[in-house]
Amino acid sequence: MPAVLIEDVHKSYGKLEVLKGVSLSVETGQVVALIGRSGSGKSTMLRCINGLEAFQSGRIEVAGHVVDQDPKRLRALRKDVGIVFQSYNLFPHLTVGQNIMLSPRITKNVPQAEALALAKDVLAQVGLSDKFDSYPDNLSGGQQQRVAIARSLAMQPKVMLFDEVTSALDPELTGEVLLVMEKLAKGGMTMILVTHEMNFARNVANTTVFMHQGKIWEQGPSRELFAAPQTPELQGFVKAGAQG
Amino acid sequence: MPIQFQFEPIFAESDRIVDGVLLTLGLSFGAIVLGLVLAILLVAAKSLLGRWVGLLVDAYVELMRNTPFLVQLFMLFFGLPLLGIRLPGTEAALLAMTLNLSAYATEIIRAGVDSIHRSQLEAGLSLAMTRRQVFQHVVLMPALARVWPALSSQFVLMLLASSICSFIAVPELSGTAAIIEQNTFRSFETYIVVTLIYLVLALTLKVALDRLGRAIFPRISSVDRLDAKAEAA
Ligand SMILES: Nc1ncnc2c1ncn2[C@@H]1O[C@H](COP(=O)(O)OP(=O)(O)O)[C@@H](O)[C@H]1O
Ligand SMILES: [Mg+2]
Repeated sequence: MPAVLIEDVHKSYGKLEVLKGVSLSVETGQVVALIGRSGSGKSTMLRCINGLEAFQSGRIEVAGHVVDQDPKRLRALRKDVGIVFQSYNLFPHLTVGQNIMLSPRITKNVPQAEALALAKDVLAQVGLSDKFDSYPDNLSGGQQQRVAIARSLAMQPKVMLFDEVTSALDPELTGEVLLVMEKLAKGGMTMILVTHEMNFARNVANTTVFMHQGKIWEQGPSRELFAAPQTPELQGFVKAGAQG
Repeated sequence: MPIQFQFEPIFAESDRIVDGVLLTLGLSFGAIVLGLVLAILLVAAKSLLGRWVGLLVDAYVELMRNTPFLVQLFMLFFGLPLLGIRLPGTEAALLAMTLNLSAYATEIIRAGVDSIHRSQLEAGLSLAMTRRQVFQHVVLMPALARVWPALSSQFVLMLLASSICSFIAVPELSGTAAIIEQNTFRSFETYIVVTLIYLVLALTLKVALDRLGRAIFPRISSVDRLDAKAEAA
């Protein structure tokens, strides 16, 4: 039973078909990198997996949950599937600690003391133990993104989704975030990550998937895929330094 | 002949004036607290409870914002008894002020809620929160922080509009003024004193609300800066 199973998913915004029959299977503990030009449907794919976007046809199963738009089932799914966004989306009126503890407290009724221990634990995992009482706007972008990752981890997810989590960061801050993700990958987390960091995809992801015009154009073990891209589109993409 | 001001007769009524000020403040604080709570509930209902409830809230807001406060006051004071509900003047005044303020506050808070970026809602939903939890824990405080200055102005306006309650013989500051005027025949002096008191009350309330805002929403400016950064990204 794969951790994520996507079968022939079609998704349109009005007349614009954005996903044109995407199928993908991710085993437990695997790391999959999604690459491709801007507009190729990578974010949409990720957002379909945790139900932020509804899709017209096909089937998605993740961490044992079938994705549909029933609010109750979606919440059960989202307890097992974390997502981290490009723009961090921390809650600005809450401290780092409160950001992390909020959802475990109110969605899983984790007792305060336990939530506190959990928050300290995940903050240590991302190397920000000293920022428990800071507010998001007093942190650098890289630190905010690490807190966002910690906040997701506090839900103890089985699968983590990352949507270009380093794209909004200054180059000197991407390293600290990638390091956290690499550690997670090594720890056995099942991950799907949209990224422009080709080195990271090559070195950390087991599988890399190249999306093009709403389809999975090419996929394979990361090293092989980057060493010998088959399609002209991927060859062009890799050569162009993977812009967009 | 030079104008002769005589303030002594007015100051002789200072006990009455103090009572009037206290009632004005009491009505205003009561209406602010109750009106704010009601407005938050109305915005929550509109955001969370589907179209028909939303339309009802809209209808209520438009009704209260497009009819004179004096007429609303009369409706409650003279109209309700016809339905068998008799409210004493002060209670009718508090109710009218609360309802009126809640409509304006609803409109203001809704604008604040609309200004919260969709990504914040998605972050909450992605963490398995219900829409109600997202509203309560993610949206509400930043929304209130953003519109606090507008809310504060509305609260000050309500303090001043409370003078209209003198029309149903509520002895708040303006009602008291009318009595003093009758007792002393010193209209101009009476209203000079009353004007100054309203001015001081309004300015004090404004300053107090600013301070309160900074205490409740210490990150009032940072909220906007944070979103600007995310937008730019
Ligand atoms: N909410 C939306 N409404 C309409 N079109 C959208 C929406 N979100 C994305 N799209 C379109 O869907 C396509 C794929 O977008 P996206 O999944 O964000 O691509 P990527 O993440 O690969 O850059 C683009 O053409 C984009 O303009
Ligand atoms: Mg994208």
